[in-house]
Amino acid sequence: MSRVELLSPEGLRIDGRRPAELRKITSTTAVLSQADGSAYLEHGNTKVLAAVYGPREARHRALVLHDRAIINVEFNVAPFSTGERRRRTKNDKRLLEMASFVKQTFEPVVVTTLYARSQIDIYLQIIQHDGGTLQACINAATMALIDAGIAMTDYVCACTAGWVEREAAIDLNHIEESSDTSEVTVAMLPKSGKITLMQMESRLHVDKLEEVLSLAGEGCKQMHVVMDKTIRDRAEDLAAKMAV
Amino acid sequence: MREAEPSTNEREFVLAALKEGARIDGRKFYDFRTLRLSFGSDYGAVEVQLGNTRVLAKVSCEVIRPFPDKPTEGFLTFNTELSPMASSAFEVGRQTDEEVLVSRLIEKAMRRSRALDTEGLCIVAGEKVWSIRVDIHFLDHDGNLVDAACIAAITALLHFRRPDVTVVGEDVTIHTLEQRNPVPLSIHHIPICISFAFFDNGERVLVDPTYLEEQIKEGDMTLTLNVHKEVCAMSKAGGIPMELDQILQCTKIAVVKVTELTALIQEALEADAKKRQVSRK
Repeated sequence: MSRVELLSPEGLRIDGRRPAELRKITSTTAVLSQADGSAYLEHGNTKVLAAVYGPREARHRALVLHDRAIINVEFNVAPFSTGERRRRTKNDKRLLEMASFVKQTFEPVVVTTLYARSQIDIYLQIIQHDGGTLQACINAATMALIDAGIAMTDYVCACTAGWVEREAAIDLNHIEESSDTSEVTVAMLPKSGKITLMQMESRLHVDKLEEVLSLAGEGCKQMHVVMDKTIRDRAEDLAAKMAV
Repeated sequence: MREAEPSTNEREFVLAALKEGARIDGRKFYDFRTLRLSFGSDYGAVEVQLGNTRVLAKVSCEVIRPFPDKPTEGFLTFNTELSPMASSAFEVGRQTDEEVLVSRLIEKAMRRSRALDTEGLCIVAGEKVWSIRVDIHFLDHDGNLVDAACIAAITALLHFRRPDVTVVGEDVTIHTLEQRNPVPLSIHHIPICISFAFFDNGERVLVDPTYLEEQIKEGDMTLTLNVHKEVCAMSKAGGIPMELDQILQCTKIAVVKVTELTALIQEALEADAKKRQVSRK
């Protein structure tokens, strides 16, 4: 099997980035009219749309929790988002796994006890896939939740890092991801610097783990700056409109 | 059906005991329960008992046509079943979050880390490859299903022998077990899952939680490693936020545990191989 050279002799990656460089991130909130909160996020070529409905009456009576809200996450990948056009069934384990990761990430962060007996729905749609879907989903969901005005203890910022050939690199794209490099997704609460979610695939030596994890942590902090700016700009914009 | 939650008394008792550095079954924080492996009469059938948790794994194989874009790659599939036999919370036919996470974790631990040489399963490129299927049945749920299932799956794969084949030109002959000795699969490394449960804001870390401890825990994490100190998979899905140092501390514990467990598995396999040799004579 021919291997793609992921790191040039000059130390540049396949898309011309340096190892510790994030892709270009663009984000906006309040992109949908019906949803209580929504966000659109681009990590380079990965594009995600997130919508939040709720807190609202729970769909199924049996699931209601008397002391807190339930969070329901639905994750969907558009058939046209990948290089190969493929229809995924609704019971694809990979999709269900992704949804439950997002759900479990937000459960300790959203102050669910404020919304007892209700349900918060998070709908995630991948529009274009170029690596790092989990990080993009978490970041988009955070912004949509903030846009919906749901109480959270902190932002949740996610970022991936991996071991590309001979160096730790951040925010892997699809080519880097699929050529058997080990990849870690870390979701962090920037205020305390604590880690809520961590997912790793493929092999990595224990000694290299710390370097990769701390690089991912750095990425999370950078993500926080970007997301915070979008949220603040939007808030200022709204405040200015109200003043008129 | 929703799981019955432990009573307040039970919960407080467990937590108070943990504060004093004790677990209700008398283990230390970083101790595994006793692991027992029993092999079936045919190759690739293993029952794992981890304390009261019981998992059965059975490996089977068949010859099929490979995907056209990967003509030399064999198949390795895992099938997990959380039957109502194991716990009152499980139902037939409905996929729960837990089942999805358990089966995906095992798949990641085995397949993504390339534990099995799938190219070695090729018979004729583009025409015939072996498809290896591992069925994992959970018989009794007393916590830590992931670790037990992972041990069961990899032990079953190590124990399994597939029929020998000879290829002459276009003709493929599959020899029955009577004609020729079956051959073992080529396995690169042995990934082992180690699960942790966190209590007291991550101050207290338990290895191999029981069912009761799992119900009370504040967060969990599963690390998959092999003896070469490589992390094959890592999963901390939500739960309480943790410091990076605490996570790295867990990997150090896991490295020690993995070495112990791998030795145990290999010992059991060797003992079984000897027994089989004696009975054949």
